[in-house]
Amino acid sequence: MENTIKNIVGLLLVTMLILAGCGGGAEQGNTQSAQKASTSGGTEGLTAFEQKHGIGPVTEVITVDQIDMKKVKKGKELFKIKCSACHKIGERYIGPKLGDVFDDRTPTYVMNMILNPDGMVKEHPEAKKMLQEFLSPMPNQNLEREEARAIVEYLSSVQNDTAK
Amino acid sequence: MKLPIYKSVLWGLPAVVILSLILYGCPSQQNLASNEEAAQKVYVAPGEYDEFYGFMSGGYSGQMSVYGIPSGRHIYTIPVFSQLATNGYGYNEETKAMLETSYGFVPWGDAHHPELSQTNGVPDGRYIFINENNTPRVAKIDLKSFQTTEILEIPNSGGNHASPFVTQNTEYISAATRFSVPMGEDGDKDVAIDSYEENFKGTLSFIKMQDDGSMKLDFQILVPGFDYDLSHAGKGPSHGWSFFTSYNSEEANTLLEVNASKNDKDFIAAVNWKKAAEYAAQGKGKIMPGEYVRNYIDKEDHIAKTERNSEVRVLDPRELEGMIYYLPTPKSPHGVDVSPDGELIIAGGKLSTVIPVHSFEKMTQAIENEEYEGEIDGIPVLKYDSILAGEVENPGLGPLHTEFDGQGNAYTTAFISSEVVKWSLDTFEVLDRIETYYSPGHLMIPGGDSQKPWGKYLVALNKITKDRYLPTGPELFHSAQLIDISGDKMKLLLDFPTEGEPHYAQGIAADIVMKDQVKFYKLEENNNPYAVKSEEETKVVRDGNEVHVYMTTIRTHFAPDNIEGIKVGDKVYFHLTNLEQDWDVPHGFTVKGANTSELLLMPGETRTMVWEPKRVGVTPFYCTDFCSALHQEMQGYIRVSPADSDVEIAYGTG
Repeated sequence: MENTIKNIVGLLLVTMLILAGCGGGAEQGNTQSAQKASTSGGTEGLTAFEQKHGIGPVTEVITVDQIDMKKVKKGKELFKIKCSACHKIGERYIGPKLGDVFDDRTPTYVMNMILNPDGMVKEHPEAKKMLQEFLSPMPNQNLEREEARAIVEYLSSVQNDTAK
Repeated sequence: MKLPIYKSVLWGLPAVVILSLILYGCPSQQNLASNEEAAQKVYVAPGEYDEFYGFMSGGYSGQMSVYGIPSGRHIYTIPVFSQLATNGYGYNEETKAMLETSYGFVPWGDAHHPELSQTNGVPDGRYIFINENNTPRVAKIDLKSFQTTEILEIPNSGGNHASPFVTQNTEYISAATRFSVPMGEDGDKDVAIDSYEENFKGTLSFIKMQDDGSMKLDFQILVPGFDYDLSHAGKGPSHGWSFFTSYNSEEANTLLEVNASKNDKDFIAAVNWKKAAEYAAQGKGKIMPGEYVRNYIDKEDHIAKTERNSEVRVLDPRELEGMIYYLPTPKSPHGVDVSPDGELIIAGGKLSTVIPVHSFEKMTQAIENEEYEGEIDGIPVLKYDSILAGEVENPGLGPLHTEFDGQGNAYTTAFISSEVVKWSLDTFEVLDRIETYYSPGHLMIPGGDSQKPWGKYLVALNKITKDRYLPTGPELFHSAQLIDISGDKMKLLLDFPTEGEPHYAQGIAADIVMKDQVKFYKLEENNNPYAVKSEEETKVVRDGNEVHVYMTTIRTHFAPDNIEGIKVGDKVYFHLTNLEQDWDVPHGFTVKGANTSELLLMPGETRTMVWEPKRVGVTPFYCTDFCSALHQEMQGYIRVSPADSDVEIAYGTG
């Protein structure tokens, strides 16, 4: 009796296998896009330039010599609209105070932070450290390169004011 | 010990399965591509894009749904004729006016036919239009932003069904009434329903697309009191003409199911819109009363405005010759579709046993030779045999709509026999047929009603779902089915559910639409009078019992986030500006007890909510859209004091 049942079950299984064959086995091992994981906190993989001047579209050293008041004016307006919701010149707010930003950062670094904040907080050890401290990641405000340059001019002008 | 009795029955089980396999092949796979082949064709790998946008009418949802084709993924819903609480469309102060009509605010609509704008007879990806049947309207959606930017009401229309079909350069958008109604002054309209034949009229409306992209109701053509059902414009050689199906040429006003199905033939109205437009430009016809509104998003401040109109130019075929001809067509025709070369006019005679195909060339010849079999209200009726190119035999039961693949084939839905039938535009022979599940209404091939279809996929838009998905109680989403039409035989690839009832759909190659997408609104270009562009400008201003709160959002706080001095009985306007300037960083806003939807603010955008506080206390408000790791911190408080309190307005952040 048990054998009979086994036989019936066996034949059913075989039939199911045939049926499954109809369905067509799902393709195994579809290509998966390899995601580059960047988890390390160190500076490995960064060039000396990137360590000092940040990662982003600005790949040459920007210097601020003679303050250009036209640029300062433009930078100040932009700063008010795009940055001041989180940054103040004289005090810490959502983000760090910026009146003395060039004590620790180069103008190029600041421009890359403005233009590539997502990349910076993922890959640059200094930016990562800042995120850990301030918790709110800096949003990308989609500024043009020369707009970021104008903001650097403005921040340089207030830094000079503070110094005086 | 009962088992032996069942033994023979048990042995029978595998036998039955094997037998049915042999007899019928793999179960449920008639018409199907093999699972593997189908899966490969509809598989869009994570992070990759679909090849086509599919725009499906939301039907009685009043909206338009956007799908990726071939994956069938639902990627967005565009609010059009109904309020959408998800993003505040039709609730917030900036968009409320979009749903204004001559009947007042209407929160819902019955959307029907999406139609992409065209240039040189090809979808150009600038706009997509959709009609509303119940409170007759036509909407225009800007495909840079996927926002409804204009809605035009149609006067002297009982229901805007045969709409909004565009001419080959989007010169005009058509809108014809489904229900004929009495027109004119109130005295002319207050008539007995059974005086239908004497008093009821239809209108075919032509909306002009103006140079600045706005819609203008240019003229209406007065037509006999039939029901006008669907339309398509001519193209190529037939450019300058539009075709409208009509039924109920019996002019019945009750039990149409029987009384409007008596005549052997009804009509396709062939309209020479170029001629009609000339008449209108010459000031011909007469100006008739007709209240309607035009709502539009002001390009300057992005706030919806309403413009009111009270009259419209009406052209009467009894007085103006050569505008319109009737093509006799069996039998209560539904869809009318024009072949990609512009020569064949195909009707879905829903009660007919054949698909009649008219020839545009023969039609113009017949008009020239005045081969008329009669005249109705100044409209010459052409002889059926003079205009017929041929009839498709055995097209299935209940043919409704036809689209084209650009390779010489037409595809027609057969509602009653639940199938799509492929036939040759050359021989009119049926080449292939495929079952759909169940009862397809419209069908869509990307570009399938244009001069250059992308003839790769076909979507059947089924009216009945039944057992296709996991059951969800009595109410079921409608089912759409994706069919591969790239080979000789049609192959069913995919089922996917759709919202509301998708009457018609449109498809377009994705790259045409993708290239001009707006990702955020630039703050510098935000001209909303209540916008504040930095925290420094935020303020709370009392004006009598109105209080205006000018507030900003950015990850991850509101400014101001503490407000005092609000009183019970105040009317508080929250004007929020999202200071973000990056793609996909909206913020939401709501306040406890608000009698409206949330606000959803796209980056750089300003939106306004009205709140009338009813209770004394401290009321929280918060961001509704998870915006950053500190989203749960994005909150604030409003102190509400009694109506007679003397707490002064005060506010701040941090």
